[in-house]
Amino acid sequence: MKFHRISAMFLRHIYLYRHSLTRLVEIFYWPLLDLLVWGFVSLYLARLSAEGKQTPNFLGIFLGALILWDILFRAQQGISVSFLEEVWARNFLNLFVSPLTIGEYLVSLMLVAVFKVVVVFLISALLAWVLYSFNLFVIGISLLPFILCLVLMGWAIGILTTGLILRFGQQAEVLAWGVAFLFQPISAVFYPVSVLPGFLQKLALFIPASYVFEGMRAIIFGRHFSLNLLLRAFSLDIIYLGLALFFFFRMFRQVRARGLLAKMGE
Amino acid sequence: MSSAQAPLLKVINLTKSFNSFQAVKGVSFDLYPGEILGLLGPNGAGKTTIIHMLLGLTSPTSGEIRIFGLNPEKARQREKILSRMNFSSTYVAMPYSLTLRESLMVFARLYGVKKARARIDQLIEQFELKEVADRPVRTLSSGQMTRLNLAKAFINDPDILLLDEPTASLDPDIADRTRRYLMEVKRNRKMAILYTSHNMQEMEEISDRLLFLHHGEIIACGSPEELVARFRGEDLEDVFLKVAREVRP
Repeated sequence: MKFHRISAMFLRHIYLYRHSLTRLVEIFYWPLLDLLVWGFVSLYLARLSAEGKQTPNFLGIFLGALILWDILFRAQQGISVSFLEEVWARNFLNLFVSPLTIGEYLVSLMLVAVFKVVVVFLISALLAWVLYSFNLFVIGISLLPFILCLVLMGWAIGILTTGLILRFGQQAEVLAWGVAFLFQPISAVFYPVSVLPGFLQKLALFIPASYVFEGMRAIIFGRHFSLNLLLRAFSLDIIYLGLALFFFFRMFRQVRARGLLAKMGE
Repeated sequence: MSSAQAPLLKVINLTKSFNSFQAVKGVSFDLYPGEILGLLGPNGAGKTTIIHMLLGLTSPTSGEIRIFGLNPEKARQREKILSRMNFSSTYVAMPYSLTLRESLMVFARLYGVKKARARIDQLIEQFELKEVADRPVRTLSSGQMTRLNLAKAFINDPDILLLDEPTASLDPDIADRTRRYLMEVKRNRKMAILYTSHNMQEMEEISDRLLFLHHGEIIACGSPEELVARFRGEDLEDVFLKVAREVRP
């Protein structure tokens, strides 16, 4: 073993961090998110215990929430990772010198996302039933509009992320895996919004998924299906999807004018 | 080339700037049916930027492009143009995990090719890809990948073909057969081909006309023989070296 060779390889990776802000941020990003999510879960459990309330349906809360969160994540990845696949394969240029329009391309990615969501949802629901005797469908048909809201939010994040990757190139590809999780702590996936500190509760008002998970918990706890929560989630989704599309098309025009579209494909 | 025919492609005073750097400076040229027009020039001369503007990948800073009489800057017209054009470059690949046949099927659908299976079989035969047709693209050699790119470029039987160093990774035998095929389709189909290569022998052999670009400008235009005579070179390679080293005719 030679130290100079080991140090050369060490240096090679340290240089990466020097030139890539996204890589540098990533070091802190995941531990911080884990800390936030599991910290709030712990607070929620502690609060239940202190209040001496009847133990809620943990299977429903955690497994149901996890499966639903995965819907959002897959819907986002169906767009941004499918886009990256073309960049990695150096096939991007071939697509955009064909008659394919950018609108058609986006619709195809959205359909890929829906396909992934359906497959993942069915497999997860089946495994949850086989392994943990948890029947997700017990929530009922009211789950479907909530799922639609999660897909819309996933699309919006996916389109936004893809716009950023278009603009900043492959150095921004880490966003395809990370951005959705940025919303996880304030989406109150595994705990009610009331567990969050005041300023995060205010932020959660602007996150469609927070209404979806509150709605899901309300159904699991045997309360009624809340049309109010659904409408709030849906309205925000439509606004964000519109903004994400506006941002994406703007980025596409800018990238084309600067000649970066061609560079991305080579 | 005969100016009696209307050009398929017309470029007028085309300019492209990236901030303060002018990559293309007032370039004008035409491309006629049944013509192979070679774009020659050292690295950074502006060849690729011109091709990218023709393909609508980059928007021009000023000037005009007319392809089939249409404007590629207008989205609706761009779709019509691109359905009758195609492109191949050594520097562009195909989806790695798909088989060669699947990749071609994707592009056949993108271009709305009728009887896609028959067309794909024909191209697989033409570019001698039969043995690897059902293999994943990632397992292809660079020569096979180049041939796949060429097969893709012919999938819609285009009227205009833009080829960026299409024979760069082919062995001399297949490169020669590819050139013969290009000359054949040019003759029989009246296909117009815009061609770039750093292989001067190939450019001399295949091109009807050459545009010599340097620092984003056309500094000479003519048949290979005319250019060799004008620059008093021994052959096209000699001319290229003189241009790259800033020797003017």
